[in-house]
Amino acid sequence: MHRLTLAQIARGLAAKDFSAVELSEALLARIGQFDPQLNSFITVTADQARAQAQAADARRAAGENGALLGAPIAHKDLFCTQGVRTSCASKILDNFVSPYDATVVEKLAAAGCVSLGKLNMDEFAMGSANESSHYGPVRNPWNTECVPGGSSGGSAAAVAARLIPAATGSDTGGSIRQPAALTNLTGIKPTYGRVSRWGMIAYASSLDQGGPLARTAEDCALLLGAMAGFDPKDSTCVDQPVDDYLAALNRPLNGLRIGLPREYFGAGLDPRLSDAVMACVEVLKKLGATVREIGLPNMQHAIPAYYVIAPAEASSNLSRFDGVRFGYRCESPVNLEDLYKRSRGEGFGAEVKRRIMVGTYALSAGYYDAYYLKAQKIRRLIRSDFIGAFQEVDVILGPTTPNPAWKLGEKSSDPIAAYLEDIYTITANLAGIPGLSMPAGFVDGLPVGVQLLAPYFQEGRLLNVAHQYQQATDWHQRAPEGF
Amino acid sequence: MQWETVIGLEIHAQLATRSKIFSGSATTFGAEPNTQASLIDLGMPGTLPVLNEEAVRMAVKFGLAIEAEIGHTNVFARKNYFYPDLPKGYQTSQMDKPIVGKGFLDITLEDGTVKRIGITRAHLEEDAGKSLHEDFHGMSGIDLNRAGTPLLEIVSEPDIRSAKEAVAYVKAIHALVRYLGICDGNMAEGSLRCDCNVSVRPKGQEAFGTRAEIKNVNSFRFIERAINHEVQRQIELIEDGGKVVQETRLYDPNKDETRSMRSKEEANDYRYFPCPDLLPVVIEPGFLDEVRAGLPELPGEKRARFEREHGLSAYDANVLSASRELADYFEQVQQVCGDAKLAANWVMGELSSLLNKDNLEIDRSPVSAAQLGGMILRIKDNTISGKIAKMVFEALAAGEGASADAVIEAKGLKQVTDSGAIEAVLDEVLAANAAQVEQYRASDEAKRAKMFGFFVGQAMKASKGKANPGQVNELLKKKLEG
Repeated sequence: MHRLTLAQIARGLAAKDFSAVELSEALLARIGQFDPQLNSFITVTADQARAQAQAADARRAAGENGALLGAPIAHKDLFCTQGVRTSCASKILDNFVSPYDATVVEKLAAAGCVSLGKLNMDEFAMGSANESSHYGPVRNPWNTECVPGGSSGGSAAAVAARLIPAATGSDTGGSIRQPAALTNLTGIKPTYGRVSRWGMIAYASSLDQGGPLARTAEDCALLLGAMAGFDPKDSTCVDQPVDDYLAALNRPLNGLRIGLPREYFGAGLDPRLSDAVMACVEVLKKLGATVREIGLPNMQHAIPAYYVIAPAEASSNLSRFDGVRFGYRCESPVNLEDLYKRSRGEGFGAEVKRRIMVGTYALSAGYYDAYYLKAQKIRRLIRSDFIGAFQEVDVILGPTTPNPAWKLGEKSSDPIAAYLEDIYTITANLAGIPGLSMPAGFVDGLPVGVQLLAPYFQEGRLLNVAHQYQQATDWHQRAPEGF
Repeated sequence: MQWETVIGLEIHAQLATRSKIFSGSATTFGAEPNTQASLIDLGMPGTLPVLNEEAVRMAVKFGLAIEAEIGHTNVFARKNYFYPDLPKGYQTSQMDKPIVGKGFLDITLEDGTVKRIGITRAHLEEDAGKSLHEDFHGMSGIDLNRAGTPLLEIVSEPDIRSAKEAVAYVKAIHALVRYLGICDGNMAEGSLRCDCNVSVRPKGQEAFGTRAEIKNVNSFRFIERAINHEVQRQIELIEDGGKVVQETRLYDPNKDETRSMRSKEEANDYRYFPCPDLLPVVIEPGFLDEVRAGLPELPGEKRARFEREHGLSAYDANVLSASRELADYFEQVQQVCGDAKLAANWVMGELSSLLNKDNLEIDRSPVSAAQLGGMILRIKDNTISGKIAKMVFEALAAGEGASADAVIEAKGLKQVTDSGAIEAVLDEVLAANAAQVEQYRASDEAKRAKMFGFFVGQAMKASKGKANPGQVNELLKKKLEG
């Protein structure tokens, strides 16, 4: 049962091959058996899952037949879940039980999804290796010596290991796409404003976007269709109808214009990954696509711009974790300043502190223009690069990451090397456009991801291309040994 | 040396929206601590702000009333600092693109001259909560009911030259925001508070002196006293060879002094940046037109109309338009009685002293505008004299009758206009004062004029004030001369 995709589960539940309760029990058992090797869950909510599964079976018995009714998933632990610890993988929120549900959690629950728990991640979503979690690192099921990517590393590892068919994630600079690439999954970061951020604990508000990780584009379409939509509680959420992503999947790719940015294939890219990407392009050509080279000249400035904007916003967003109203508070503070300094000093991990300090510096009087304002200008340039490119092509294609998964600890002492892993994914967040990563082969037994980017609100187009590719290939069906 | 005072004011007006600026919580004052604090007001992880359109509308109203430019694109910014009653660790405010740009307000000084005070800007922001330091056995309590209440911060140019001018300006702002219905103006509850930037310079000098900012002064009286005290302190400091330092000071009304809170060096770097959770608010011309069309008559317009339509003096028009409630009361009285001059005299005279005596606002007046207007009607139609009217007014104030007519009826105060009855009273008075009558008749014109009042007084007394004074005069003259 654990090998089934969401779409297969939907058919199985509809045909009464199994019940939601049976399915959840089977997966809970697998989590118990395999997760100790991976550490992908922070909290398993077995009782709640059983109750939700029973409710889903009852709804089905009463005549409902939604595609996600009874579908087991789990949430990245930055989505607030009422009555359940929501930790952001940080000591500072280790004791935080959310008093409310995030909109994404609420919408998926309403669709009938059964949540099995909360997934590990980099602390406050800051990282690309899932090594900064207060609850310990997550391991990659394809090679447990390797990182699964981050920050949605728990989501990726759990889905890749067939502990759950799909999971929610969030993507600020590549945090859905990069771990999807490193674990042979399909993951989509929607257009900024497509999915509500209400209840998704903020890292960098202008870049954060929730989205699904699953094993197929079809499953991503199913899940995204239920997650997306206008939410009056999020002022940055866009009031625009949600496309029928499932219907979009089956469009033929005849005439699809694909752009290959020359900047994506320069130094820094592992040539074996480059080969895998080009093989993917050949498949798409056979499916009817045309290919041309394009330029995204401002991509070279993306990482510096991102590492000003994201920490700047984070430094402000994380101020509310002060030990006053909720979360970790230091032992016996002697005064207010002591309470602040020790609660935050003891509550946050090293990477989070590093980014708070970088962001605080970038916003300081005398530095604001040189850093924050300049980064915003670069952001506008990157956006206009994409708008220009999409005059000529329908989708942009390239590698999701410059390298396959690396060994645990290999880059943890060198933050810059880790930051460079986001080089291909970050521009989509800065521009606000949607991006998807899909499995496209293996190097040394480790998965390789191809990234597709599309104009604003063209998630349907991305899922369509990925689905058509997955009809012609079987990379996405490969499972890691031992899981 | 002659010194000149330079003052600029920052007024925080709490906007009278029903809910907070970024959440749906109520804004009512005085509720149990933390009962009006939603997830958003508590700064819970994952929560997001949604702008209250009503707050924008109110700010725009203010901007139009001071003839300011209204920002087309409004950006909210975060002002970052740590404080326990600031739940998010930042205050959402406006920095580079405030909603209200340059405008002005004309104020009337004590000598009747009008002075124009420039307003630099006014911007929207959220209020913080309150730290409570009593009753917690060495700990502090936090009440977040006020957190997120919308504020309009109104920043004046340094155009004010004395404490009295400052008070006149704050009063004019107070009247304006109440006219517009955008702030209840309750200074005791903190709905309108004032930061005063004060500096002095030698008379004739162009450059400003170093200023000190007195934070959070919350009554007209304290504004005047705090500024006067601060001016004195600065002059003495400079004359003793010292230097004013730029700092924030606090006024202590109990000791009547200001003391230092923090210096410029200790000031926070607030690290303002555009709030990424709120999109820029674009104000379309259509919205401006709609708000403009809904603006009430403003104090200046009302003053001019009172002079023009009701023939009031500039002084009367100014007093009666000072607040919307007073102006409305006056106009109701005027409508009932049809006599603006009498209405103005009664409202500014007897009614004002009554309210002052009991320290009441006009909206809690024990005598309603309909009652007062009805009473003035009875003066006009000679049912009662002005003197009896004061008795009737007092009875109405004491709640002794539903209307002037009821009081007049119950107390038998109706004026006697029957000339037969008056003549009978006069005959009695003249008979009782035969000697004076003799004396009167023997006197010259000047002396007679003086004595006449004596007979009038006696006649009024004999009629218990009810005889029509005009008729008494007329008939008395006839009888004495005849």
